[in-house]
Amino acid sequence: MSTATEPIDEILKRGYDAGFVTDIEQEYAPPGLNEQIVAFISEKKNEPEWLLAWRLKAYRHWLKMTEPRWAKVSYPEIDYQDICYYAAPKSKDDAPKSLDEVDPELLATYEKLGIPLHEREILAGVAVDAVFDSVSVATTFRAKLAEVGVIFMSFSEAVQEHPELVKKYLGSVVPIADNFFSALNSAVFSDGSFVYIPKGVRCPMELSTYFRINAAKTGQFERTLIVAEEGSYVSYLEGCTAPMRDENQLHAAVVELVAHKDAQIKYSTVQNWYPGDENGKGGIFNFVTKRGLCEGERSKISWTQVETGSAITWKYPSCILKGDNSIGEFYSVALSNHRQQADTGTKMIHLGKNTRSTIISKGISAGHGQQTYRGGVKIMRGATNARNYTQCDSLLIGDKCGAHTVPYVDVRNSTSQLEHEATTSRIGEDQLFYCRQRGLSEEDAVSLIVNGFAKQVLKELPMEFAVEAQKLLGVSLEGAVG
Amino acid sequence: MLKIENLHVEVEGSPILKGIDLEIQAGEVHAIMGPNGSGKSTLAYVLAGREGYEVTKGRVTYKGQDLLEMSPEARAAEGVFLGFQYPVAIPGVSNVYFLKAALNALRKHRGEDPLDAIDFMKLSKEKAALVQLSDELTKRSVNEGFSGGEKKRNEIYQMAMLEPSLAVLDETDSGLDIDALKVIADGLNTLRSPERAMLVITHYQRLLDYIVPDVVHVLIDGQIVRTGDKDLAKRLEAEGYAEVRNAMQP
Ligand SMILES: Nc1ncnc2c1ncn2[C@@H]1O[C@H](COP(=O)(O)OP(=O)(O)OP(=O)(O)O)[C@@H](O)[C@H]1O
Ligand SMILES: [Mg+2]
Repeated sequence: MSTATEPIDEILKRGYDAGFVTDIEQEYAPPGLNEQIVAFISEKKNEPEWLLAWRLKAYRHWLKMTEPRWAKVSYPEIDYQDICYYAAPKSKDDAPKSLDEVDPELLATYEKLGIPLHEREILAGVAVDAVFDSVSVATTFRAKLAEVGVIFMSFSEAVQEHPELVKKYLGSVVPIADNFFSALNSAVFSDGSFVYIPKGVRCPMELSTYFRINAAKTGQFERTLIVAEEGSYVSYLEGCTAPMRDENQLHAAVVELVAHKDAQIKYSTVQNWYPGDENGKGGIFNFVTKRGLCEGERSKISWTQVETGSAITWKYPSCILKGDNSIGEFYSVALSNHRQQADTGTKMIHLGKNTRSTIISKGISAGHGQQTYRGGVKIMRGATNARNYTQCDSLLIGDKCGAHTVPYVDVRNSTSQLEHEATTSRIGEDQLFYCRQRGLSEEDAVSLIVNGFAKQVLKELPMEFAVEAQKLLGVSLEGAVG
Repeated sequence: MLKIENLHVEVEGSPILKGIDLEIQAGEVHAIMGPNGSGKSTLAYVLAGREGYEVTKGRVTYKGQDLLEMSPEARAAEGVFLGFQYPVAIPGVSNVYFLKAALNALRKHRGEDPLDAIDFMKLSKEKAALVQLSDELTKRSVNEGFSGGEKKRNEIYQMAMLEPSLAVLDETDSGLDIDALKVIADGLNTLRSPERAMLVITHYQRLLDYIVPDVVHVLIDGQIVRTGDKDLAKRLEAEGYAEVRNAMQP
């Protein structure tokens, strides 16, 4: 039909639910970046000397690096001297010791986001760490987890309480000078989560971290480290939101995962940073380095991500399959509406024998959204009988958006088997009409079709969050058809 | 229940329907027959509110309301159902999930509480049995990988679930094997009621042997050229459209 795309264009009018600002006393570092600021952050956190040295080394590397511009995203130059690298809620006495000491405003913020931090109210079986701007404000269920030897705390606390573990693993998967944004993060990272699962332990509950950027003009640089010892299992989920602000805010996180022999890490993300308004004003620039090392035999790392937020997304959660028979998985749904741009995908690096990887990527573009899947599969010489399956589907809503697929393949062992499938489809006027004829509103119809498209990925999420993610997809497309 | 007056419709600038008059009362079954491309599906789509069909003249009144003013979902909520000639697939959305969303949207419009999962499944089982749609098909993604006949069965299953007041069935019989035709016709006869009207678009007398229509219309080149009783369909089957067309020549 000739007029088919007009109504679709109009649906793309969205309300961002998490866009409120919390009025709270904050302590800031002055804007700008230099060695003093790096030292200031380190001192604020009472860090050991080796860590300061490590940060400074990263900073000096970073100075020599240039911002990568190969991704298919365009954005104005970032002035790194105009950003605050540290902001923290000013609490009476350093960090709160228990939830009772947490500022009620902060607790209220998380309640508003639907993440009650009071343990009794929390979904049974989910432990939460909440990171507000640069610091972790609360970690729940710690005592219960400690009973089985699981360490789940903020990164800053881990530096104090388990320095030997942090020292051993920090930078072991994403080296200091890996890339521009990870080097920046290494210099100025503020907080994040630390998880350690001892040998043979199956973590008894879902672990999750909620990241919230609140302060204006502030960058958020979290650092997350998860170590799963031999034969252990953990499922971890992170969620992210930010207030609606007119200026862009920088978010550059680093996540490192290490899975030892027979260990499994399931890492899920529901990313809903503020995407900017309809015209592309404001929004988070999300430059994230996530990498997992399947160190031991038969280890397994799964990344599942639902990316609905951010003005710019630059993110490639990857797996290094070092252990023989290890498995890497990447399940992704990324949605770009309005002027959002996402360049996302994964890298699977096969080193060990019989290593297997699966990539399922679902890109949804609406409005003027631009979506690029960038994926690399590398089979190294020693990776005898390695296998990869890649499926990469794009869904277009309207005719002003774009979807692009950039697969890289590098095979150095002829016994490997690779399969690649890709499809691009458009939400059809016929599908919408069919749904509406049965009584669904146009928005519900779009949400239904999109969720159907993303189902293969959504079903990988922990149950508690699948419903949330499903709703988020619907909300993010509100106004996508009219 | 439905009154179409002098309806003219254009698609991409070319006139397809050229002055249709048609009135259907509650409880009646009307059949529309006509050669390929004569405008039958166009009429069905216009009644359901599909975009891209421009009404250039005429009116359609449904239950006393101006039907053409209403959105497709509002029409559905008011009880208009279209059984599609070519039902589309919605990958990843299970048939029952889809129908539950649809049914609850309709119930909401009628001020009723949504059906819970248990009541819904009970209803679904009952209605699927009506057209012998297998459990497996009710759970599969909407129309995905369905055979032609299975899609048609699925349309009638959906109709049975949604209980419309006006069902427009566009070639629900094409693609069906003889047994399936009988099953669907039986299902439709069960759904026949004094409150419900049906507009059945078909090419074949066979269906009308089972679902005996009250009125038969012949649509040729965007106009209803003949209206009669069930015998008109029989005559068409025997003589073809040429006779009717010739009879029309002045
Ligand atoms: N989108 C469109 N663009 C151009 N012409 C169209 C469009 N849709 C329908 N038509 C034309 O309108 C006429 C009527 O089509 P319609 O589908 O209503 O016929 P029909 O009576 O249902 O035919 P059949 O028995 O084959 O199903 C045909 O000539 C068709 O080509
Ligand atoms: Mg037709």
